Amino acid sequence: MENKLDFDLLEKRAAQKKALSRCVIYFFLVLWALMVLFPFYWMVLTSVKSYSSYNSEYIPSFFTLNPTLQNYADAFTAVPLGRYFLNTLIFTLVTTGLMMVVIIPAAFAFARLEFKGKHLAFTFFLSLMMIPNELVVITNFVTITNLHLRNTFTGLILPSVTSVFYIYLLKENFEQIPDELYRAAQVDGTSDFKYLLRVMIPISRPTLTTIVILKVIECWNAYVWPRLITDDPRYYLVSNGIQEIRENGFGRENIPAMMAAVVVISVPLIVLFLVFRKKVMAGVSRGGTKG
Amino acid sequence: MKKNSLKGWLYLLPAMLFLGCFMVYPLIDVLIYSFEEGYNSASQTYFGVGLYNYSYVLRDPYFLQAVKNTFLLVIITVPLSTGIALLISLGLNAIKPLKNLFQTIYFLPYVTNTLAVGLVFMILFKKTAYTDGLVNLLIQAFGGSSVDFIDGPYWAKMFVLCFYTIWVVMPFKILILTSALASVNPDYYRAARMDATGSFRVFHKITLPMISPMIFYLIITGFIGAFKAYSDAIALFGTDLNAAGMNTIVGYVYDMLYGNSGGYPSYASAAALILFAIVLTITCVNLLISRRRVHY
Amino acid sequence: MKVVLQNLTKRFPARSKKEKDVIAVNDFNFEIPDGKLIGLLGPSGCGKSTTLNLISGLEAPTSGHIFFGEDDVTRLPPEMRGVGLVFQNYALYPHLTVLENILFPLQNLKGKDRPGKEEMLEKAREAAKLVQIDGLLERRPGEMSGGQQQRVAIARALVKRPKVLLLDEPLSNLDARLRLQTREEIRRIQQETGITTIFVTHDQDEAMSISDMIVVMKAGVVQQIGQPQDVYDDPVNLFVATFLGTPPINVFDASVRSERLFIGEEPVLPVPGVKDGQVVAAIRPEGFVLDEKGPFSLELRRVEVMGRDTSVVSVHPAMRGVTVRSIIPSRQKGAVGGNRVRFSLLSEKVFLFDRETEARIRFDA
Repeated sequence: MENKLDFDLLEKRAAQKKALSRCVIYFFLVLWALMVLFPFYWMVLTSVKSYSSYNSEYIPSFFTLNPTLQNYADAFTAVPLGRYFLNTLIFTLVTTGLMMVVIIPAAFAFARLEFKGKHLAFTFFLSLMMIPNELVVITNFVTITNLHLRNTFTGLILPSVTSVFYIYLLKENFEQIPDELYRAAQVDGTSDFKYLLRVMIPISRPTLTTIVILKVIECWNAYVWPRLITDDPRYYLVSNGIQEIRENGFGRENIPAMMAAVVVISVPLIVLFLVFRKKVMAGVSRGGTKG
Repeated sequence: MKKNSLKGWLYLLPAMLFLGCFMVYPLIDVLIYSFEEGYNSASQTYFGVGLYNYSYVLRDPYFLQAVKNTFLLVIITVPLSTGIALLISLGLNAIKPLKNLFQTIYFLPYVTNTLAVGLVFMILFKKTAYTDGLVNLLIQAFGGSSVDFIDGPYWAKMFVLCFYTIWVVMPFKILILTSALASVNPDYYRAARMDATGSFRVFHKITLPMISPMIFYLIITGFIGAFKAYSDAIALFGTDLNAAGMNTIVGYVYDMLYGNSGGYPSYASAAALILFAIVLTITCVNLLISRRRVHY
Repeated sequence: MKVVLQNLTKRFPARSKKEKDVIAVNDFNFEIPDGKLIGLLGPSGCGKSTTLNLISGLEAPTSGHIFFGEDDVTRLPPEMRGVGLVFQNYALYPHLTVLENILFPLQNLKGKDRPGKEEMLEKAREAAKLVQIDGLLERRPGEMSGGQQQRVAIARALVKRPKVLLLDEPLSNLDARLRLQTREEIRRIQQETGITTIFVTHDQDEAMSISDMIVVMKAGVVQQIGQPQDVYDDPVNLFVATFLGTPPINVFDASVRSERLFIGEEPVLPVPGVKDGQVVAAIRPEGFVLDEKGPFSLELRRVEVMGRDTSVVSVHPAMRGVTVRSIIPSRQKGAVGGNRVRFSLLSEKVFLFDRETEARIRFDA
C-alpha cells in the first residue's frame, strides 16, 4: 500500500513540473510576441493620433480615444506617397516579370537540355552565387550613370533582374519532374518550348509561386540600389520615400504623419504574407535570407 | 547534336546577358577599379596602378570606425540572435495550442520594410524636445536615467542598432530552427523518455546534435548577413552615418560611391574587396569548425 | 513481472465535429503471465500499437487500469515504469556509436541507482553480447544493416533490466530472410532473459511462430486470446479464422439443412446440432482430403507444387474470394487431373459462422 502512495506523489510531482514548465514557456513566447508586435501597434497607434495631441503628450498614452485619419490624408498629399507607391509597384511587377522570363528558360536548359559546355556553364553560375551584391553594385552604378539611365525605370530594373539563386532553385525543381514525361512528349512530337510551357511550368507552379513571392518581398523592400540610382523624388521607391520623408518631409517633427506613411508602406506585404502564409514561410525556409 | 547545343545556349542567352552585364563584368571591373590610383569619375582618367586605394582605405578613420562598428555588431548579434531563436524555437516546439499564431507573429518582421519599421524604433528610442521617448520613460520608471539612444553616447546607439538587427533577423532563424526541430523523429524523444532521460540531457545529447547542421548554417549565414549590415543603421540613424559614428563597412562603400562624400569608386572598390576578403575568411573558418563539429 | 490490463480503454477525441471519436482500444482485459512472450496481432489501425503505448506509458488510457505485478502503474509516467521499448524504426541515435547508444539509458540513472563507469561498460557489453553485436560496438547506426540495428535497439532496451520489454513491429523493416532469422533471435533472447515481452505485429506468421500467447485485435476490440495453435484450431469468429493461417482459410456461403452442411447443392459434411439456415463455412486448406468419391466437387484451375506440399487451386460458385486453395501431400498430386476435383472434408478443419454476427456456430465433430 505504501508503494502505491509513493506512486501518487511521483505522479503529482511530474504533473506539477510539467505545468510549471508550460507556464514558463508561454510566458517567454508571449513576451517575444509582444516585442515583435509592439512596434507595429505603436506605429498604428501613433498614426491615428492627431499632430497636436501627439506633441502634447510628454508621456505617450498607450491608446487614443479620438483617432483621426488626417495623418493618412497628409501622408498622401504633403509628400508624393502615392507616387512612391506606384513606382514601387511598377518596379516590383516589371522586375519580377522580367526575372521569370529570364530564369525559366535558363533553368529549363540546365535541367532538361543536353548541350556542349552545360556543366561548365552551370558550375560558373553556381560560383556566381557566392558573389556579394556589394561588389558588383559599384560598377553597375558607374555603368548606369554613364549610360545616362539614372532616374529611369530602366536603370532601376535592369540590374535587379538576375538572380542566380532562383535559377538554381528552379532547376532543382524541374529536375524532379520525371524523365518519362519528357520522353513521352518527344515521342508525341512536342517541341521543347511547348513542353516547357505546357508541362513543366504547370507542374512547377508551387515553386514558381514561391520564387515570385520571395522576389516581390525583395523588390518591395529594395533600398540600396534605388537610393544610388535615383535622386529625383519622382522615381523614388517606398524605401527611399520613407527615408526622404524622415529627412525632409512633413517637417521633421510630424511623427504621426510619418507613421501613417510607414503603415501604408507596410500593409501590402503584411497582407500578402497573411494570405500566402504557408507558401511564404516554406519558400523562405527553402532559400531566403534577408537581403 | 550541334543544333541541340545551339538551342541550349539560346535558352541560356537572356540569363547570360544579364549576368554578364551586371555581374561578371562588374566583378572584373571592381578589381580593376580597386587598383587604379587617382581615378576621376568625371574625366574617367587615372594616374597609375597600385595598392594606394587599399592603403588609403585602411588608414581612413571613417573606415576604421565602420570596421569597428561592423565587428561589434557581428560579435554581439550573431550569437545572441541564434541563441534566443533557439530558445524560442524550443518553446514553440514544446507547445500545441497557439503555436501557429505565435509562428505567424514571429515571422512578421521578415515581411516588413526595414527602413519603415526602423523609423518606429527610432521614435521609440529617441529623445526629443517634446518627449523623452517611450523607452526612456520606461527606464525612468524603473529608476534609471534617460539617455538618447539615437543621438547620444556610442554604447547607446550600438545597443539600439544591435537590438533592431536582432529584431529583424529573428524571423528567419526561428523559422529555420523550428522546422529543424520539427523534423527530428519523435521516436528519439519517446525512446529517451522511456529511458528516463533528464530534459537537459535530452537537449544536450539528442536535440542539439540532431539540429547542429542547421545551427551552423544559421551561424554562417548570420555572419555573412551581419557583415553586410547597412539599411538597419540607415533606418535608425539617417543617411549620414559617418557623422553619427555608426557607419558600417557596406555603408562606407556606398558613401564613397555616392552622396556628399561620394565620387570615389576606387576607394569604394577597395573597401568592398576588403569586406569580401573578411567575409570569405570568416566563412571558411566557420566551415572548417563545423566540419569538425557536425559529425553525421 | 506479471502485467494485468483491466478494462483498458483509449478514446481519441474527434478532430472535427463531423467525425466521431475514435476508440482505439475498447475494454481490454488480459492478465499476462510472468516471463511469457505475447504477440499482439491485428490489421493496421486495430489498436495494437496504442495498447503498446498504453503499457509503456507514452499514452494515458481514457479509463481502465494497468498493473505491473501488484502495483497500479496506470498513471505513472513512462520513465518510472521500468519498461524497455524497441521502436519500429529502432530510433537509434545516429550521432552516437553502438556502445554509446547502449550506455545511454544507464547514464540517465541518478543517485544510488547509478552504477560506476566500469559497471556500466560491463552491463552494456553484456547486453551487446546477448544480442550478438559485441564486435560492432564502435560503429555508428548508419554503418550497420537493418538486422544489426534491430539488435542494438533490443540491447539498448534490455540494458537497464526492464520489468517488461515491448517491441513495436520489430521485424517490419527487415527483408524476408532476415525476418525469419531475427524472430528466432527474439525468441532466444526472451527465453534467456525471462523478461515478460509483448510485441506488436500485423504478420500472423510472425506472431504464431514465436509467441507463447497471441492476442488478436480488430478495430480496438480484442477478438481472441490464447496459445497460437489453440486460436488457429478454434477461432471464435470469422475475422480470427480468416486472419490466421497461410494460405488463408477458404470461405464459402453455405447453408445448413437437417444437420447437414450444403455448399452449393452438395451436402459436404454432417453438422450435428446446428439449426437450419444460412451460414458462412470456412475450411482450412489442409482440411481438404483428396477423395474420388468425396462429397465436395470443385472446378480445377491448376496445381502448384511447393516442394513438400502441393496446392490445388480451384473455383466454386459459392466461394468468397478469388480461388479456393487446398493443400495435399505432394505424393498424391498424380491423382489430380481433368476439369473437376473431388474432396472429402476433415470436420475439425471446418468452421461455421453466423451470416450476420460472424460468430462461431459450433457443432459436434
